[in-house]
Amino acid sequence: MQDKIHTSYKQLEQRSKYTNMFLRWFLYLVLILFALYFIFPLYVMIVTSLKTMEEIRQGTLLTWPSGLNFDSWAVAWGGRGYGAGDTFLKPYFWNSIKMVVPAVFFSTFIGAMTGYVLTKWRFKGDQWVFLFLLFGCFIPFQAILLPMARTLGVLGISNSVIGLVLVHTVYGIPFTTLFFRNYYISVPTELVKAARIDGAGFFKIFFKILLPISAPIIVVTVIWQFTQIWNDFLFGSTFSFGEAAPIQVALNNMVLSSTSVKEYNVDMASAIIAGVPTLIVYVLAGKYFIRGLTSGAVKG
Amino acid sequence: MKTLKIDELSKNFGTTEVLRKINLEIDEGNFLVLLGPSGCGKSTLLNIIAGLETINEGNVYIDDYNVSKVEPKDRNIAMVFQSYALYPSMNVRENMIFGLKQAKVSKKKIEEQLQKVSKFLQVDALLERKPSQLSGGQRQRVAIGRALVREPRIFLFDEPLSNLDAKLRVEMRREIKKLHQQLKTTVVYVTHDQTEAMSLGTNIAIMNHGVIQQNDTPENIYNKPSNTFVADFIGSPSMNLIKGNLKQSSNQISFVANSSNFEIPINGYDFKEKSNLENKEVYFGIRPEHIFSKKSNEGDFEINLRADLSEYIGHEQIMTFDYENQEVLAKFPSTIKIELSKNTKLYFDLTQISLFDAKTEERI
Repeated sequence: MQDKIHTSYKQLEQRSKYTNMFLRWFLYLVLILFALYFIFPLYVMIVTSLKTMEEIRQGTLLTWPSGLNFDSWAVAWGGRGYGAGDTFLKPYFWNSIKMVVPAVFFSTFIGAMTGYVLTKWRFKGDQWVFLFLLFGCFIPFQAILLPMARTLGVLGISNSVIGLVLVHTVYGIPFTTLFFRNYYISVPTELVKAARIDGAGFFKIFFKILLPISAPIIVVTVIWQFTQIWNDFLFGSTFSFGEAAPIQVALNNMVLSSTSVKEYNVDMASAIIAGVPTLIVYVLAGKYFIRGLTSGAVKG
Repeated sequence: MKTLKIDELSKNFGTTEVLRKINLEIDEGNFLVLLGPSGCGKSTLLNIIAGLETINEGNVYIDDYNVSKVEPKDRNIAMVFQSYALYPSMNVRENMIFGLKQAKVSKKKIEEQLQKVSKFLQVDALLERKPSQLSGGQRQRVAIGRALVREPRIFLFDEPLSNLDAKLRVEMRREIKKLHQQLKTTVVYVTHDQTEAMSLGTNIAIMNHGVIQQNDTPENIYNKPSNTFVADFIGSPSMNLIKGNLKQSSNQISFVANSSNFEIPINGYDFKEKSNLENKEVYFGIRPEHIFSKKSNEGDFEINLRADLSEYIGHEQIMTFDYENQEVLAKFPSTIKIELSKNTKLYFDLTQISLFDAKTEERI
């Protein structure tokens, strides 16, 4: 009797083993296919950027380049050296840096402050303020282009990096506030009460108690804002032109204004250069990104 | 001079009335416990004493000085919170001296205070640790330490033990009691745990729906509850409240339970007012621990009730009896055997009963 039961268990065990093995291999297969699908464009970009125009004309998209030829990268970054009509990324790259650093800093800081007030210094009607801020997340940015252009004109900062910093800071605040509010709402309010009894004021509590425990959400916000602002094309192309343009606008001009032949290798190199900073930010802070998105705040 | 006095205090959140005309006084060195179910307003009251909440009406006095509009830091109070509220980014030392630093106390004095308090609470070996590296009991101690270094006039405790496990809670309760015996500082302590309240308080204020139901010594709260809410809230299991009427003849007062004609004589009861007792609807209150299976006092009243349910809990057992379709609970030593579904002789200790008006639910 017992033997019989045991044999049937053995059969069941065998069967579940095979099923598991099959599912596991199937899973790997699907994952590998997805990975290839995602990596394919990047492969084409890198490979093409390393080819000469001759090679591009003769080979296919997937052909390996004959050697490591960084000429097109040099052209994309520093130009060919002749005067008129030579567009290259270097000055615009610095434009973007000059725009993105202050814009990320200010929008993150203001968002942290607003989130702090909305959770720890509740006031009458604070839900409405938050609701309107949230509304800002859903406004299509095309709708505010004209009023914003007028505002920048009145302030005398249209077509300047400072103007773009202002625009990006203002339209970043709804998102950064949302992030910080949701983070601070899980920080026990008793912390603030304890600090008030200890004699700390509004700013001291913010800088000494809350900011030091905000690292995860700061990372999330910085990555988010950096990506948004660096990759922005709409505001950049609307509120700036020529010298003051950020890199994404310059990239567009460069690719579209090529005179005679399309230089695919230079285009690819430029696109990669324009994308590298966001990649770097992800690599450096990426592991905090997931942690920050999923973490509740400090317990106890 | 009263260390703390609360005068006709009311508080609303929007249209919700949280506290209604609260009056309280505490003498120097007393330990007042605010006890009540969740949502009764006890924590709000504590926050108001601390100055963390505003007041709609009434005043708070500390040492006879009206502090209603004074900032929390200037009220000479210190508070210990349920979640301990230790600053996560600071180590124990920084946590404990944060308040003194804000108050711009001299470095020498800060160091002295820190040494004294950390030795006293046995956290001197933990000074460099972060709160996340401490156990629950240690965090509790540091939180108390942070309050102690300020040498406040009044300590405020907001359910400080409810985050601890059962064993640690009993230990920390004893430590808080010892602390109070040694320091003799005035304490206001909020809890929903009646054992904590009974064992710690020199006075207990029981609150419900924003009103103080009774403010008295633990003994009086237990023995002479002023209304059915207090009677029901204190004690485990709570007091039996048997519904019925009073009967008064020439020199005999007795209680008759609903749908029964069985009279319990209550001549010895200390009525507040002895008029208009005839036919008054009342609750007859007797605690489960004052019902015995053997006659122990001469005045005990014998009664026959059917046993319906038995709950064994180790050192004792709780039996449920049927008294004319009303449940009566009794607590016996677990060694006594009582058969279910049979009538059993029970003895009520009539010196320990309470009577409440069934309409007003107040003690009579």
